[in-house]
Amino acid sequence: MTQSKKILIADDEPNIVISLEFLMKREGFDVSIAGDGEEAIAKIRSDSPDLVLLDVMMPKKSGFDVCQEVKGDPALSATRILMLTAKGRDTEMAKGLALGADAYMTKPFSTKELVDRVHELLGLNA
Amino acid sequence: MRKALARQRLIACTLFAALAFNAPLLWLFDAAVAVFGVPLVFLFMFGIWAAVIAVLAWIVESGFR
Amino acid sequence: MLSSSVIVGASFAYLVVLFGVALYGDRRADAGRSLISNPWVYALSLAVYCTAWTYYGSVGRAATSGLGFLPVYLGPTLVMGVSWLVLLKMVRISKAYRITSIADFIASRYGKSRLLASMVTLVAVIGIVPYIALQLKAVSSEYGLLTGAHPGSSGDWYRDTALYMALVLAAFTMIFGTRHLDATERHEGMVAAIAFESIVKLIAFLAVGVVATYFIFDGWEDLFVRAAISPDLSSLLSLDVAGSKADWFALTVLSALAFLMLPRQFQIAVVENVDERHLKRATWLFPLYLLLINIFVLPIALGGMLRFPSDVIDPDSFVLTLPLAEGYSTLTLLAFIGGLSAATSMVIVETIALSTMVCNDLVMPLLLSSPRFRRWAPHDLTGLLLLIRRGAIVVILLLGYLYFRLAGQAYALVSIGLISFAAVVQFAPALLGGMYWRGATRNGAVAGLAAGFGVWLYTLLLPSFAKSGWLPMAFVESGVFGIELLMPEKLFGFGDVNATTHALFWSMFANIGAFVAVSLWRPPTAVEAGQASVFVDILKREPRGAARFWRGQAKIDDLLALLARFLGAERVRVNFSAYAHSQGVEQIEDLQADGDLVHFAETQLAGAIGSVSARVMIASVVQEETLGIEEVMNILDEASQVRAYSRELEEKSQALQAATEDLRAANERLQELDRVKDDFMSSVTHELRTPLTSIRAFSELLLDDPKIDLAERKRFLGIIVEETERLTRLVNQVLDLAKIESGHAQWHDTDVDLIDLIEHVATTAGQLVRNRQAELALVLPPAVTVLRVDRDRLIQVLTNLIGNAARFVPEHEGVVRVVLSESETGVRVDVCDNGPGIPQDAQGEIFEKFRQASGSGGKPTGTGLGLPISREIIEHFGGTLWVTSEPGHGAVFSFELPQKLAVSASEMGEPT
Repeated sequence: MTQSKKILIADDEPNIVISLEFLMKREGFDVSIAGDGEEAIAKIRSDSPDLVLLDVMMPKKSGFDVCQEVKGDPALSATRILMLTAKGRDTEMAKGLALGADAYMTKPFSTKELVDRVHELLGLNA
Repeated sequence: MRKALARQRLIACTLFAALAFNAPLLWLFDAAVAVFGVPLVFLFMFGIWAAVIAVLAWIVESGFR
Repeated sequence: MLSSSVIVGASFAYLVVLFGVALYGDRRADAGRSLISNPWVYALSLAVYCTAWTYYGSVGRAATSGLGFLPVYLGPTLVMGVSWLVLLKMVRISKAYRITSIADFIASRYGKSRLLASMVTLVAVIGIVPYIALQLKAVSSEYGLLTGAHPGSSGDWYRDTALYMALVLAAFTMIFGTRHLDATERHEGMVAAIAFESIVKLIAFLAVGVVATYFIFDGWEDLFVRAAISPDLSSLLSLDVAGSKADWFALTVLSALAFLMLPRQFQIAVVENVDERHLKRATWLFPLYLLLINIFVLPIALGGMLRFPSDVIDPDSFVLTLPLAEGYSTLTLLAFIGGLSAATSMVIVETIALSTMVCNDLVMPLLLSSPRFRRWAPHDLTGLLLLIRRGAIVVILLLGYLYFRLAGQAYALVSIGLISFAAVVQFAPALLGGMYWRGATRNGAVAGLAAGFGVWLYTLLLPSFAKSGWLPMAFVESGVFGIELLMPEKLFGFGDVNATTHALFWSMFANIGAFVAVSLWRPPTAVEAGQASVFVDILKREPRGAARFWRGQAKIDDLLALLARFLGAERVRVNFSAYAHSQGVEQIEDLQADGDLVHFAETQLAGAIGSVSARVMIASVVQEETLGIEEVMNILDEASQVRAYSRELEEKSQALQAATEDLRAANERLQELDRVKDDFMSSVTHELRTPLTSIRAFSELLLDDPKIDLAERKRFLGIIVEETERLTRLVNQVLDLAKIESGHAQWHDTDVDLIDLIEHVATTAGQLVRNRQAELALVLPPAVTVLRVDRDRLIQVLTNLIGNAARFVPEHEGVVRVVLSESETGVRVDVCDNGPGIPQDAQGEIFEKFRQASGSGGKPTGTGLGLPISREIIEHFGGTLWVTSEPGHGAVFSFELPQKLAVSASEMGEPT
């Protein structure tokens, strides 16, 4: 682990945030947290994280909106987005990917798979 | 729909003409009365005839599209 | 007097113009730009109905019977009014089966009967030839009148104008009536000429009428007033001399039927019809023509009677003599030309129609059935066919001339107009009956026609011969063998009407009687049944329907060779190629020799030689199986079932359209519901997955790393338990809601005192309030009505409402008040909090499933189903649950249960 990558966790479910935070910290990432869509945008702009774990169903601004805004802003184009949703429908997934999300996972997820995807997205796999 | 209606109108008009062109209706106008010198029955006969033709024309030219 | 050279010159010039018009019409047809494909031309050509008998004779009749001449034109007016009912059907049938004449039509209907075809032809010839003679006589005698020459019937035959007129007309008819031998080509030039003649005779007659009324006399009033004061003429202004009411009516019927049955009318209205839509305009235009050509008849008659001393001049010639006597010589010439046009148009069309019938329905069937002819006949029969037609034209015209020479001024010729009408009307039962009555048979038609013709002969034609001095008058005056009941004009003592009405009644009585009785004697044969359905159902069926009744084997080469003999090889190849293309086949040789093809060949042939001969010829080159009546009936049954279905469908299609609208609306509603359901499922999924996510994540974390420190481990396990509880609650509530909504919920109603109930809930749910260090206050009246409701469900509602309130009140200063009150309408509970309140636009939403107002502390912890369930419960009892709130001043959730739930006094005492 050469340099610790920054990860933003954006979710409105406190318990899920706790588990993700624990998981990411255990992998050695630098973790910050946002409880809703607007906060997520603000944190992305201020902290410029390498990766956002983005929940779709959030108050104030949905994950889709956040994704669209980030991907539409050239200054933030380096930010990877892994969308997480509890709605498992294909259309949701297609929509997320169409909006430019780099990966998409449905809840409940396997912690191991999630960690693998995060590594993959950050180009950390051997 | 309009065609069927026009056909019914044609039948009704023809039935009316058949009645008007015959006894007893026609004979009702067979009186020694003249309008502008023209006998009433002559006026009635050609008047009804012309009216029937006008109605027929109206029905087929407007309703049979 | 006009000089004969002027009249002959003018007449000749007129005929040259007529020739030019016909030639132009044919040229245009050949160039594919039909002159007559026009509703105006069609309506005008129908006016061939107005012959010299109309042109001269109407005035003559008006001079003796006032308006009595009119029914002859009222009848056709009525027929045109319902032309789509009768004429349209005749046109459709004739087009579909290439019918060439009225004889062909009737014979074709009754199984292509040769006997019937020849009978109809003979009756038509006998009935019509004298009528042609009448036209020749009219022109000849008017010519004589104008030039002072002898009437044609008494001079040398070679100096007779009528003969030359007959010969000129024969030439004209041959040129424009027999140019081709294929029914796809009508006689366009001839029809154009007839329409032109109709204009000429109308203009000429109107011109005479206008001059007589407004120039010779001083307008309508002058004429009618003068007539009214004349003792001889005043009766003409009333219906007194017009014949009895029965005669008037009979004449209307007679002319209506004759208008359909006269061979020339059938030729023009049916055979020469280019486009059945032309019938539409003719519906009113032709009656208008009749009205115009009749409006001046009475004025001219009155004018003539007033102008000339009685009995000096034949009223029939007033049209000419009135302008002549007043010095209008040009008008006189025009009037003569008008009369000539009326006569020539009738003669031309009638001759074409009769010659076609004689050739196709009399001569050809005879020839074709003769084995000697078959051996002897040339291979190409087109020349022979044309020869027969042209021969027939000459013979018919010469017969007409001969009758004119023989009869002269005899009664038999003068009165032929209506006698002729009565003859052709004998076709009406067989023709009209055959178009509408399936049960009509060939034998019925033969019997009816024979009986009707016999009666016509006895009651009308023979008496007219007697009155002409050709037969002894004795049988007319005292009956055959002196039997009075058999007096031809007073048959069985019926003598209150004129001779025409008398003859019409008895001949129709015999005709229809025999037709119906014999038809009902035996069921139709297979062929008759097939043709009957083809004719009766023409408006409902594809024209090729007749092909269904054919079974057998045929070779295309045989058919081609046969048709080539009658139509010419080139034309046949062209027609068959077109047919092949319409069937989607490249080569004629690739065509299937099936019923359709045989039927096509037969109709092609029928167009040239008539359906009877065509049937004979086709049968000679193909091997046919005779269809039994059973088979025909089966085919017909299928067809009628299909028709019944289609009619039903038609009726239903309207209902369907309405239903479709309803369905669309319903579908939209369903889709809306579906979307809601979808949303619900999606929401449930989301709500289930969220706690599962936490549970799985923490379980995996604990599993991966057993060395997590104890505090952390305890915290994680706590979360797992908490989320499991949330999951359980959610599952329970979803099931609960589903049960209530579907009506499967169990309701245990007992007598409930709400004061007790609220106090009970306060102790259990109060804990939720106290957890937030808030206060729970109860405001209860001393007593309320006891209600019969489900206690547990009400506890559920109250617990939910108090729990919600507790979640939203501020910590430490929170107050939740429960107020119970009673009114006339019901018992009401208000749960009030001092939380943030709910914005106006969110107040409806919070009762929707999975919609939660954001609480004071971020994410609400409820499932989003509490309020919807509570509302369902209250509504189950007929009550209402609502919220009132002003943001910043807390919210009040209220429900009211109606008084009707009250336990009545009598029930109170009884055990439950």
